[in-house]
Amino acid sequence: MNWVTKTFTSSIGRKIIMSLTGLFLCTFLVVHLIGNFQLFKNDDGLAFNVYSHFMGHNPVIRTIEWGLVLGFGFHIYEALMLTMRNKSARSHGYDQWEAKKNSEWTSRNMGILGSIILVFLIVHLYNFFWRARFGTLDPDINKNDDLYRLVVSSFHQWWYVALYVAAQASLGYHLWHGFRSGFQTLGLNHRKYMPLITNFGYAFAVLVSASFASMPLYFYFFTNDEGAIITSAPAVLQHLLVAFN
Amino acid sequence: MAGSNPNAKPMNLTLRVWRQPNHQASGQIVEYKVNEISPDMSFLEMLDVLNEDLLHKGQDPVAFDHDCREGICGSCALFINGRSHGPEKGTTTCQLHMRKFSDGETITIEPWRANAFPVNKDLSVDRSAFDRIIQAGGYVSVNTGGTPDGNEIPIPKDISDRAFEAATCIGCGACVAACKNASAMLFVSAKVSQLALLPQGQVEAQTRVENMVARMDIEGFGACSNIGSCAAECPVGISLENIAILNREFLTAKVVSNNMA
Ligand code: SF4
Ligand code: FES
Repeated sequence: MNWVTKTFTSSIGRKIIMSLTGLFLCTFLVVHLIGNFQLFKNDDGLAFNVYSHFMGHNPVIRTIEWGLVLGFGFHIYEALMLTMRNKSARSHGYDQWEAKKNSEWTSRNMGILGSIILVFLIVHLYNFFWRARFGTLDPDINKNDDLYRLVVSSFHQWWYVALYVAAQASLGYHLWHGFRSGFQTLGLNHRKYMPLITNFGYAFAVLVSASFASMPLYFYFFTNDEGAIITSAPAVLQHLLVAFN
Repeated sequence: MAGSNPNAKPMNLTLRVWRQPNHQASGQIVEYKVNEISPDMSFLEMLDVLNEDLLHKGQDPVAFDHDCREGICGSCALFINGRSHGPEKGTTTCQLHMRKFSDGETITIEPWRANAFPVNKDLSVDRSAFDRIIQAGGYVSVNTGGTPDGNEIPIPKDISDRAFEAATCIGCGACVAACKNASAMLFVSAKVSQLALLPQGQVEAQTRVENMVARMDIEGFGACSNIGSCAAECPVGISLENIAILNREFLTAKVVSNNMA
């Protein structure tokens, strides 16, 4: 092994890859979220479809997409490697273990949270990405693939909405620990800046996950089958009664 | 007991103690009763009472490590009621007093659990993995002169304070014991940052961090996932900032050192 492979297969080296890919994936979340806000435009999805057409066809975006694949791939791979190493560091556990008295639940359960996010990711990619890229969607009036229609119909199924909200809650907890943890691993822990990084991370976790979760909830509760917003309270109630029957 | 509080009511306790004859044998938790324990006793004195009792009964006393009994040597490794050194923050087991427990309580006592710390017997574990990590680089081999010369090297007060804070690590292993990953990074980071902060230590800083981390990995300790149990349970309050310094030192060394292996 030369020094490069040695560095990145060492315990700290793997952690560094975890943190770099994790923070990179955070930037992806921001981009994804900003684009998705167009779902809230009450324009029958035209703007959203323009945006998704751009994301699916622009060569620069398509190149960065590979970076994303690598980012997820390495983040998951290193998580597995580190978990295996850490499990084998203690094969005989304790009879009594009070970790909750010295640490946060999220920080000890990153693997479980990450696994929930992974399941979600597979469902999410299959339903939207795969169908948009390789399936055939009806065109909208601008002749763009009408991905918006797919979003609307998906988010009118209660179990789909439930999966999304649960996954976003997991993402929130994952980021709650992950954001500041990424900086700590890179050695960026300084008494002057760490409180700022920590609090920014908490805000980031809450805002990003709540914003993503608001999308399926919005469609489920506040739009009709066409994806048009329902404005009056009685209409919302009536829509929900129909949905539950 | 001399100096004890006459009003303190003696306690009767049930102990659940890990018993294991040697490293190869399998072990189990065995229950014992100890009576008339003064709240002013230290935890180790309470165990002395148990052992005297066992000796009188012709049974094998419980093996546990201890030495200074004043919180400075780091020997007294006991995992008490699910936590390193018991429930009290910032103390070693020898500095933990029985008044922190209540009459009639059941106390579970286990050895540090980590594959890198094999059980010698009962509650005593082999922590020589820590020694081997220190041997890999936790020292200064340049001649730093006599004591007065040491004071002639200008070191800013805040830096020397931080180095001193890191130097207070007593090598007890509570960090490893409390960590979900059985990681030794708090221990390693304390030594690495203590020496990296001082001019005498900077000379060998790169080889030190590379060798100590490599040794730590070979010994089979886990990798830190920034949970923070270690710092919360450390009897001398070594902070997580040291692990950040360790990571920083490691990354810089890997990038700039001349070590090609
Ligand atoms: S860092 Fe703290 S808990 Fe770990 S060995 Fe040193 S003194 Fe003990
Ligand atoms: S016996 Fe020395 S620190 Fe407890």
